Amino acid sequence: MTELLLPVDSYLVEPLPEIWFGLVMFALTMYIVLDGFDFGIGMLYATRDNDHDRETLLSAFGPVWDANEVWVIAFGTMTLAAFPDVYSRLLADHYLLALGFVLALLFRGLGPELREQRDDERWMRYCDYSFIGGSLFAPLLFGMIAGRWVFDAATLSAPTLLTGIGLVAVSVVTGAAFLAAKTGPALASEMRDYGIIATLAYLGGVVVLLATVVFTDAGGAADTILSIPAAVIVVLSVAAGLGGIVLAGRGEYRAWLASALALPVLLSALVALLLYPTIYPPTGLTVQDAVVSPLALNLTTVLGVPVLLLVLWYFKFLYGVFSGPIEGEGYGA
Amino acid sequence: MSVLSQLLVDGGIALPMLDGSALQLSPEIASRAQFGWTISVHILFAALSIGLAPFIIYFTWKEVRTDDERFTRLRSFWVKVFAAGFVMGTVTGIPMSFQFGTNFPQFSSVAGEMIGGPLAFEAKMAFFLEAVFLGVLLFGRERVSDRTFILSSVLVGFGAWLSGFWILVVNSWMQTPQGYEMITRNGMEVAKLTDPIAAFFNPRMTWMYVHMINAAVISVALLVAGVSAYIVWKKRDSEAWGTALKIAVLILLVSAPLQAIHGDAYGRHVEDTQPQKFAAMEAHYETGTADLHLLAFPTDPSALTDPRAENLFTISLPRVGSFLASGGDFNAEVLGLNEYEENPPVAMVFWSFRFMVGLGFLFIALALWGGYLLYRGRLSDSDRYLKAMIMASPFGYAALLTGWYVTEIGRQPWVIQDQLTTSEAVSTTLTATEATLTLVGFLVIYGALVLVALYILRWLIQDELRELGVQETSGDRWYGPIPGVSDDD
Repeated sequence: MTELLLPVDSYLVEPLPEIWFGLVMFALTMYIVLDGFDFGIGMLYATRDNDHDRETLLSAFGPVWDANEVWVIAFGTMTLAAFPDVYSRLLADHYLLALGFVLALLFRGLGPELREQRDDERWMRYCDYSFIGGSLFAPLLFGMIAGRWVFDAATLSAPTLLTGIGLVAVSVVTGAAFLAAKTGPALASEMRDYGIIATLAYLGGVVVLLATVVFTDAGGAADTILSIPAAVIVVLSVAAGLGGIVLAGRGEYRAWLASALALPVLLSALVALLLYPTIYPPTGLTVQDAVVSPLALNLTTVLGVPVLLLVLWYFKFLYGVFSGPIEGEGYGA
Repeated sequence: MSVLSQLLVDGGIALPMLDGSALQLSPEIASRAQFGWTISVHILFAALSIGLAPFIIYFTWKEVRTDDERFTRLRSFWVKVFAAGFVMGTVTGIPMSFQFGTNFPQFSSVAGEMIGGPLAFEAKMAFFLEAVFLGVLLFGRERVSDRTFILSSVLVGFGAWLSGFWILVVNSWMQTPQGYEMITRNGMEVAKLTDPIAAFFNPRMTWMYVHMINAAVISVALLVAGVSAYIVWKKRDSEAWGTALKIAVLILLVSAPLQAIHGDAYGRHVEDTQPQKFAAMEAHYETGTADLHLLAFPTDPSALTDPRAENLFTISLPRVGSFLASGGDFNAEVLGLNEYEENPPVAMVFWSFRFMVGLGFLFIALALWGGYLLYRGRLSDSDRYLKAMIMASPFGYAALLTGWYVTEIGRQPWVIQDQLTTSEAVSTTLTATEATLTLVGFLVIYGALVLVALYILRWLIQDELRELGVQETSGDRWYGPIPGVSDDD
């Protein structure tokens, strides 16, 4: 019966494995864009010392972070569904980093949730530490996993650490831009300053990272980095970064947010470019080697892709409901 | 150490392995303990979402449609519980699904085609739905229409139940795998999906779904009943909480007996499909006719770790085990554990099963007692019943966990029944030091999390009592209520 509905021995369309590589990368992009600004908010939270500002930051973060975080599960489970061996190796080979990352997510998520449960200064301080620490370590460790994955580098090597730090910096950029667009003028101008510093740090970091990789040829990625597509991505990143700084300086925060969000998208594109046609450089596994059999992938496509579109609609709805600047104490929970 | 180790072994570790001074745990044992422990904590929150969903939908609908103060109060309270539980479910669930890769990569590779799809559907169809519309439900009352608000509660509840569906598709496939063939991919024997319908709707699927969802409903109904009973006990004339108690009792009147009837048939299905697990549930060693043990008590401490006919005092129905397992033949042979090379830790399975069944009967008794009081119109007046329900409030969860242990530990030594053993599934690159380190980390962090969850519930109850005007009995050094300022509404 199944054969009537779905082809068993061939993919629905020939490049379906490549399409799934693209879908997995899309989920990764959504994750580092959306949860990235959550992490940025969490780190910028450390710069706020009064309760009003802190509440404002938490209000900006409150209704959306949980849904944003689900993209990491989407990324993980889509990888498992399409490229199970990549999922196995990616997590098993980075055991401590991966579990450290999920524990950082745990602390990040619990901090704000627990903070509002009681009105006690010491309690709230510990919850704040949990929120800030989690928001710092989650992108750092996630970036380090990505660095090891893409460059086949050791945990404490320059490419790995720089990728981690790069993800931290880009998260601060998007977090600052998001807050500038969502909050009042006083807070926005402070966020602008942090955002500009982080943008410069990020661009500098990317240049150093790529130079290091070219110099050491980590993971054999030097040629890819010196190729035209990579050069385009780097140029676009610099343009988006510097353009963002100009827009931020002019106080055009919504436009700044748009250009800031381009940075993680370009970063993710760079990851995809560095990986393909392999998908797990440390073992040389290619997309074609790692992909599941036709029936399984066809099924996941037919059931999963329409739902993915529906999910994007939910997000549009969610961000629509909570659009516009935050007034005072937030959305009136 | 020993009580703690008992808690640790829920991942299916044989007890003898814990004897002595095993400070350096093997990667396999540590991985199993870690997975067992994290799922035990996660399942509490997952079941909370599933079981609370009908309450949330009902309270939201009643509040919006009738503006009745009772339902405003109940909705506001239980949505807070739901939200806290959902956050805890998310943060405890992500590490769990990551462990398929970090600790059991061979399992992910072998079963990737079979479990990857359902897990991805769970994330995309169910988890996003819950997360997005919970945001609306918590923060969007003023920003969306009444209709959208009610619909949000329905979508959140639907998401929770759908999430359970896809997770149990995966788990039931591990119990009764079908719809696949073994092929070689990248030099490894892996399962290739050949029939998705057969794989998803494998023989265990519907049994497990009904049993698990109903278990979650019972656990949460007992929790709601317990909290309501406590508040009613403190504040007799609280109409809202009297109503909540009534609803919980009504739900228990249906769900508790249903679980017993369904569970009985489910047991026979397990005997058909996983005879080894069934034998462990009954500590049935010799192949031959089987008695049905209604009640079992240890006559010697050794029965706690190694239950056998010799060290148990049982009240049994002779040969009824054979009768039930074969569907009508008192002389039917039931396979015994001696037939197998390697068995699950029998004691854990045997005692967990008895614990679960015993509690199940207790719930039926409590439901009937409550139904009688309800019929007489004295539900909120009986001190004895209120106290009983307060004490019983964690028992639903205890039954749910022990039932889960029967299912999971009973499947050992297999992770995929008759296809892949748990020891084959464990990571080969994991070192004992890494595994022990993370196990300790998870024990501490998840343990703290459970305590925090209990505290949150306590604080919410204290807030509620304060709002109802009940004087605090003892000084709580954490909380200083600000006079004249109510922190809600």
